[in-house]
Amino acid sequence: MSEKSWLTEVPQLDRHQLLDIRKTLDGAYRSFSREYGDTIEAFFDPLLTFLIWFEKLLLSTPWWLVIAVLAAFAYLASRSWKLTLGVAGSFFLIGYFGMWDNTMRTMSIILVSTLLSVIIGLPIGIAMARSNRVQSFVTPVLDIMQTMPAFVYLIPVVMLLGIGKIPGVIAVIIYSVPPVIRLTNLGIRLVDKEVLEAATAYGANSMQRLFGVQLPLAMPNIMAGINQTIMMALAMVVIASMIGVKGLGQPVLKSITNQYFTLGLLNGLAIVALAIIFDRISQSYAKRTLQSFEGK
Amino acid sequence: MSNNKQQNNKNKTPLIRIKNLYKIFGDNEKKVLEKVKAGQSKDQILAETGHTLGLSDINLDIYPGEIFVIMGLSGSGKSTLIRHFNRLIEPTAGAIEIDGQDVMTLSTSELQNFRRHKMSMVFQRFGLMPHRTVIENIGYGLQVQGVKKSERHERADQWLKTVGLEGYANQFPNQLSGGQQQRVGLARALCTDADILLMDEAFSALDPLIRSEMQDQLIGLQEKLHKTIVFITHDLDEALRLGDTIAILRDGILVQQGAPVDILLNPADDYVEAFVKDVNRARALTVETVMQPQICRIASETIGEAVAQMRQSKHDYGYVVNDDGYQGIITQDTLDNVEQSDYSNAIDSSLLEDVPGVQGDALLETVIPEMLDNVLPLPVLNEDGEVEGNLSRSTLAEILSDQAKSGTNNSNSA
Repeated sequence: MSEKSWLTEVPQLDRHQLLDIRKTLDGAYRSFSREYGDTIEAFFDPLLTFLIWFEKLLLSTPWWLVIAVLAAFAYLASRSWKLTLGVAGSFFLIGYFGMWDNTMRTMSIILVSTLLSVIIGLPIGIAMARSNRVQSFVTPVLDIMQTMPAFVYLIPVVMLLGIGKIPGVIAVIIYSVPPVIRLTNLGIRLVDKEVLEAATAYGANSMQRLFGVQLPLAMPNIMAGINQTIMMALAMVVIASMIGVKGLGQPVLKSITNQYFTLGLLNGLAIVALAIIFDRISQSYAKRTLQSFEGK
Repeated sequence: MSNNKQQNNKNKTPLIRIKNLYKIFGDNEKKVLEKVKAGQSKDQILAETGHTLGLSDINLDIYPGEIFVIMGLSGSGKSTLIRHFNRLIEPTAGAIEIDGQDVMTLSTSELQNFRRHKMSMVFQRFGLMPHRTVIENIGYGLQVQGVKKSERHERADQWLKTVGLEGYANQFPNQLSGGQQQRVGLARALCTDADILLMDEAFSALDPLIRSEMQDQLIGLQEKLHKTIVFITHDLDEALRLGDTIAILRDGILVQQGAPVDILLNPADDYVEAFVKDVNRARALTVETVMQPQICRIASETIGEAVAQMRQSKHDYGYVVNDDGYQGIITQDTLDNVEQSDYSNAIDSSLLEDVPGVQGDALLETVIPEMLDNVLPLPVLNEDGEVEGNLSRSTLAEILSDQAKSGTNNSNSA
């Protein structure tokens, strides 16, 4: 420590100590990634295969079939012709302005990330709802995941796995999984105590309570969480493109560096269109599950 | 009638037996239990330890086939108590025996099995599952048991009809009125064929008209089904109407336990007395519980014997009975007017005052019109038509006046 008074100056580690800390941590992580990088990459291989397969599937399907399938989904979820036509129209326009392939790539990564977020998030949310201890441990972790700048956790991910689809998906999931966890937890905790008590009183075991009462009654909240997860995944598209994820993010990134206003605007609008479509579809599905409780 | 039932119960074994049950809410139940047993009050314990005394030294015997009402104001621990029966709440200390089985020794899966088959429960706010249709709600208990869907629906459908909700099978609970929803709750409870029905303030959330309709329905069903029903309520009128036995809880302590008449006429303390004060006694008490058993019964053939029998009693009227049962009242005045020479004649109907008899199990309310039409005390008849006692205007007036004290005296003399 220096001789200056701690009253006027913030007490501070000196440079050498800071440097040592950085060197130690960086060195440790580097050797960790050298040691285990391949193993971890191998672990993610099936996911990569799936991602590539899904992207190819979307790209090789004729455009009219993709639009038809999406429109059918929109109709099934919402039973609204307006939304269905809106979906079909927007996708046609996206293709018309030459963004079809990038949109399909983005969609594939968004859908896979959302699927994984739900697969990871639901059990964590359930565990949180069951135990206050788990909740008090997971909540601050979720806070960190949502506020830590994406670039910061991109560094170790890229160091470990290089650039490409898998680190992109991981970054997207880290950013977008918290809502589904939080709202699953909240939804289960909000389930009417008396209904749950009734299930217990009739001898339901914990699985029967979970799948017969808690999850169905929490479904509107869980759907709201999935909706938020999709929105946040879309928000990560541009950042993910910085580590080599192909899709609508890359032209946007190119527009920033080269000041192509129109290109940026068009691709930005395509992201917005995707967001609105996914949002409306998942929201109207949530609304319909809620309405069935009210018997409408 | 209730008294008789109590007598009969002495010979039966209780279906539910609660012994020395304590429940303390807080982190350190066992330690606080010592203080409770040392006799500290609920307030003292809360002030000293921050623990809430939920139930203290509860002892109950509930017999098969009876409606056992547990009554108390909010916070008295009645809902806590009923949740001990199927261990939705774990006691701090004490024993719970159902059908000879110590519920406290059951493992998790045994407890689940026990809840599936032994008991079912009806809740204050219905506790129906909003995402299931009415028929699926009714069949829920069976589904948990693993009964196949077709059989489940078949059995649920029967109960749906029994509670009068035909045609509502595929509605969702939220489409139904409160009364209808609770009927679904009742049907769900009956659908598992459990012997014991726990009803936690089942009718409290309903408006008065629907509530009394539901009470009638429950009484009607009970006559057919003979379940053992534990019914929680804060409403004494409801307790008196439904209960074969009533237990009154206050601050987690069982203040009084007994037949409705005992509670009404011999309140154990000021608390129960305050409760009982506002009760419409005319609707709660039956004739036989307040009648005077000392009567002059005239069973003679001739007028002469009647005069002799009348002299032996201190009354100036007598109830004439023959093999066909009660015939009418004969008064001293009438007998005085009969010539001595006619004493060997049989008593004929022209000498009798035509005073109707009242049934012993009738509610006081229903005999008021007859009371007003006749000056003489009405004869009280039992099921076989025999005269058991009488009910005079003054007795009735005394009982119906709101002084519990006078009620107490009266029943002592009765």
